[in-house]
Amino acid sequence: MFLVLFAILFITVILLNSAFNNLQKEAIINQVNEEVNQGTLKFENSAERSSYKDKQIQLRFKATGLDQDSLNPSKLIPRVISVMTFDLGESSFFTTDYGSSNVRDIIFERVPKTLLLFTTATICSFVIGIFLGTYVAGKEGSWWDKFNSISAIFSNSFPSWWIAMLMILIFAFTLHIFPSRATPLSSPSDPTYIADLLYHMALPLITLIIVSFGGVAYIVRYFLINILNEDFIHAKRTMGISRRKILYSHALRNAGPPIATTVGLALAASFGGAIILEAVFDWPGMGKLYYDAIGLYDVPIIIGLTFISTVIFLVTIFITDISYTLLDPRVKGN
Amino acid sequence: MQKELLVGLLRSRRGIIGVSIIGFLLLLSAVAPLIIPIESYFKWSSPNYWINNPKTAAPSWTNFFGPKDFEHVSLDMSDAKVISESLEGIRTDNYRFEINMQADSFPDDIIFLYSVKYGDIPPVLQIDISRPDNNTFTVYYSSLPPASNMNTTFSDRIFSTNEIIREAMNQYQSYFNYSISGLEPQVVIFSDTTKPDVLKGVYQISERFFLFDNNSSVEEAGIILGGKVFGIIGTDDLRRDLAVGIIWGIPIALFIGLTVSIFSVAIGLFYGVVAGYRAKRTDETMMRVNEIFYALPTLPLLILLTIIYGSNIFLIIGFLLIFSWMGSAKIIRSIALQMRNFQYVEAAKLMGQSDLKVIFKHIIPQLLPLTFASVAIAVPAAILTEAALSFLGLGDPSLPTWGQLLHEANTADAASRGIWWWIVPPGLMIALTALAFFLIGNTLDAIANPLRNKNQKL
Repeated sequence: MFLVLFAILFITVILLNSAFNNLQKEAIINQVNEEVNQGTLKFENSAERSSYKDKQIQLRFKATGLDQDSLNPSKLIPRVISVMTFDLGESSFFTTDYGSSNVRDIIFERVPKTLLLFTTATICSFVIGIFLGTYVAGKEGSWWDKFNSISAIFSNSFPSWWIAMLMILIFAFTLHIFPSRATPLSSPSDPTYIADLLYHMALPLITLIIVSFGGVAYIVRYFLINILNEDFIHAKRTMGISRRKILYSHALRNAGPPIATTVGLALAASFGGAIILEAVFDWPGMGKLYYDAIGLYDVPIIIGLTFISTVIFLVTIFITDISYTLLDPRVKGN
Repeated sequence: MQKELLVGLLRSRRGIIGVSIIGFLLLLSAVAPLIIPIESYFKWSSPNYWINNPKTAAPSWTNFFGPKDFEHVSLDMSDAKVISESLEGIRTDNYRFEINMQADSFPDDIIFLYSVKYGDIPPVLQIDISRPDNNTFTVYYSSLPPASNMNTTFSDRIFSTNEIIREAMNQYQSYFNYSISGLEPQVVIFSDTTKPDVLKGVYQISERFFLFDNNSSVEEAGIILGGKVFGIIGTDDLRRDLAVGIIWGIPIALFIGLTVSIFSVAIGLFYGVVAGYRAKRTDETMMRVNEIFYALPTLPLLILLTIIYGSNIFLIIGFLLIFSWMGSAKIIRSIALQMRNFQYVEAAKLMGQSDLKVIFKHIIPQLLPLTFASVAIAVPAAILTEAALSFLGLGDPSLPTWGQLLHEANTADAASRGIWWWIVPPGLMIALTALAFFLIGNTLDAIANPLRNKNQKL
């Protein structure tokens, strides 16, 4: 797990090496400029001033090793570590609610809100999806079944953020039920903040559930129908066990492990969509920060966010793996 | 096998729906250059090109429901009736435009545009509007600015908010039995004299140029009545005709989707076959690498890559390829793993054929039907991901893609302002295209994929 994480980070860092370099170079140039502008140093004319600046910049590049080949492993590893510890310096455009402009603080302030939205939605769509999927698996070929496959096809081919825009159009603009901006109006220290937050969370949450439960239900149905065609189910049926019991206890338990993996991977994949969704709803989580940071070209924030979303993505996959072992008795034996 | 695939595709209802959607899209993109000017593609993001269109106008068919809004009118010289006469050395060119006013609301504004070439003596422009109730308003009478040098061409747009027009309107107060002070000129011009409402009927608007020498000539004359409805899909905040953007988006989306899916499946095919055919250690390592790529979060990394390396369309296609070959590689590998033990493959090997030859002559041809299915299945993901990138504002800025349209809509807060015609059509096009390929892919896969459970009917 950690090996995979490290490998991925390594690839990411190699891909982003030039960005890192430019970032550091820019920081150094700014530093030198600031020192020169402070006025403690005296220059005869502007030529001397700029030559001093160039010299200082070159010296510092050399000192930090920025002039060398940037793929040198002695530099790559510290860089990976600095990303892993979020030692990314200051953001030039964003601050936390309490005024800190440290990249780590900014990102850690946003992550819980994304997790709140994403995990709530995941749990809800998981529960709805499993019940709906099991229900339609028992009634193969019925209208409900057809409706389920159609909704799965649609959730596969419709961009979730577009659905989000439609939801705002319907529920915020036309019906005035929910606010169109999901950023709560009251400040975090207010006692009503939690209620306000939940009220603003409703529309993004409903949208996330709508776009994902169809897919979950479809996966559940797919595996259940496979199991229902197996011999041992037929045997159980001849033994006189009720259809309901077979479906909910025997079939579902057997289909559990593959369902868990497939659904887990599908939900992990939908994480990216959830990030864009935040930008549409203005939900004050990572996605919104991403969107704003892209607009303002705030590279440290973007790198930090990429790392944290990689971690969240991997953790989701990891949990999926664990749940497979928990659900499958054969794996447990080992 | 290929024939069987095609027959199977056309026999299933979903296949036919998918094929006909794509056929329709291809037809639209083929006729696009014939029905809309190609210039609109290159000038998509230059505001000047769209200046004659109304701002944020709804589709014109919305007039079928509820009160009729004024439909945007843009007339140029070719729509005018020209009357030229000469009297005592003064030539008069009269451009007369006819407007049939049937809407229940007033136009947003009126713009008179002209372009005149003249020498020493500047011409005089007079604008008259004769109304259905036989009143004629002279709304503008002024000479053009003196020429700075010989034979300059002077172009201008006179807006209905112009001071001269405002003042001219005041002298017609006596025609109305209610106060018109404070009303905009475009409202007064189209108002009933007895009640503050639209006077329906045919209006004649004439732009009369008095030219004082022989070299002078009118190069361009036209009027624009700003409406609240326009075209099939309407316009956005930048006055662009959204129908044009939607149509240009079709070939781009198909190009991106097909290029990414064809190349990613080709990579996956090769990777999978090599892994499956070589098996053992090679397979093990190659599948590890595959898994690592699986564990990469696509969107965040794509965002970073486009930010760092730019968002040229070919670069984006390349980035999408990095994250899209794994699925087909995995499927192909598991089939190739079975195929390597097939007797004819083993026979070929025993005959001493090289690995490459076995792969290309005996294994890949058998996998082709499945490859076609995988290409179709991979298209929706490519289209959706590119749209997502464009939506985040990271798409190729020179191309009018659907994702780009939605990005602009979102930046302009179209959803909370209720501008549905800016949101629904582009998203619907993305969904429709993705859906079509999804249906085709699933139908093909059901025929060609040996691993697929035959009990399952999608």
